[in-house]
Amino acid sequence: MATQYLRPLPRSWWLRKANYFLFMLRELTSLAVLAYAIFLIVLLWQAADDATFSALFETLHQPWSIAVHLVILTLALIHTGTWIALTPKVVVLWQDDERVDPDLVAGLNGVAWLVVSGLVLWLVLS
Amino acid sequence: MSESVALEVFRFLPDDETEPRFETYEISYQDDWVVLDALNHVKAEVDPTLSFRWSCRMGVCGSCGMMVNGEPKLTCEAFVRDYDSDTIKIEPLTHFPVIRDLVINMEDFMTKLPTVTPWVIPKEEKSLDEGEYLQTPAEVAHYKRFSMCINCMLCYSACPVYGLDSTFTGPAALALGQRYNLDSRDGGQQERADVLTSHDGIWECTYIGECTQVCPKDVDPAGAIQMLKLSYAIDWAKSVVMPWGRR
Repeated sequence: MATQYLRPLPRSWWLRKANYFLFMLRELTSLAVLAYAIFLIVLLWQAADDATFSALFETLHQPWSIAVHLVILTLALIHTGTWIALTPKVVVLWQDDERVDPDLVAGLNGVAWLVVSGLVLWLVLS
Repeated sequence: MSESVALEVFRFLPDDETEPRFETYEISYQDDWVVLDALNHVKAEVDPTLSFRWSCRMGVCGSCGMMVNGEPKLTCEAFVRDYDSDTIKIEPLTHFPVIRDLVINMEDFMTKLPTVTPWVIPKEEKSLDEGEYLQTPAEVAHYKRFSMCINCMLCYSACPVYGLDSTFTGPAALALGQRYNLDSRDGGQQERADVLTSHDGIWECTYIGECTQVCPKDVDPAGAIQMLKLSYAIDWAKSVVMPWGRR
């Protein structure tokens, strides 16, 4: 067989298209969600010791800490949004031979997420 | 109306060269020309050594897939007038070995395709005397979208996962597996599970979604793969919770 030529995929492939970049962003936001989950577990662990917990809680009131939390909240919202957008791909509903509008499926998932988030917020604030 | 455009075409002649090069053809084109027309003009009037695949010229055969300005396209559906630049760059589909010029080697896909058992495995075999396996329009609607694939390879070319690891079964083949899994006449979901849920199957897909974006037939391979993940995950969960129910 004659020689064939295979073009290698450059390491920067994810910078070539907006869709590839958004994929990488989505994957990286999951790291932020993971990191914050670990942080929360550590915080709860520290809660066993009142003095340490109070000191840690004071630190969390610093402006830089609030800024970090806002960044993490943004990343978590992006991550959640990507999952809600994915739901109609997985949950394909039919009414007779008509597919239920994918936007409706995503919308209902979004509403459910808002309701659950609202309940959590209410529990925390009450 | 006739305007001019420069076609910057990927050339690779395996008998004479070890590395590819680009050759530019300045041509005049008609307003109703697609990129494939422009390539045929070059081959007929300018350079008969240029090689590329094509057949139907109407978006049915799936032969003329190429990279047009870096995007996987059926060149019979890509109008020259729609490209704003004076130069159009034409390359063979990425992620495949190039045999010559714009012609790729599809052997990898042709080997993988039959492994997903892309045919109906009847739930119950019937004799010819018992007649056809009937379906309602609603049952057809459930899988029809995934049955429209023309094997053009645009989805493989758009998939970085396949580009990074060619052992991945790939979008078109997996979507076709789901097409038969969704068929009301089919009972082969478990038979396909070994291939579809293998390391090189659905779980290698990271849902970038570009395969769906470039599909000229709106097949939605990314959606098919995510549906397969959910379906087989539910099967697995059932087998753990209710092991006595396993087939």
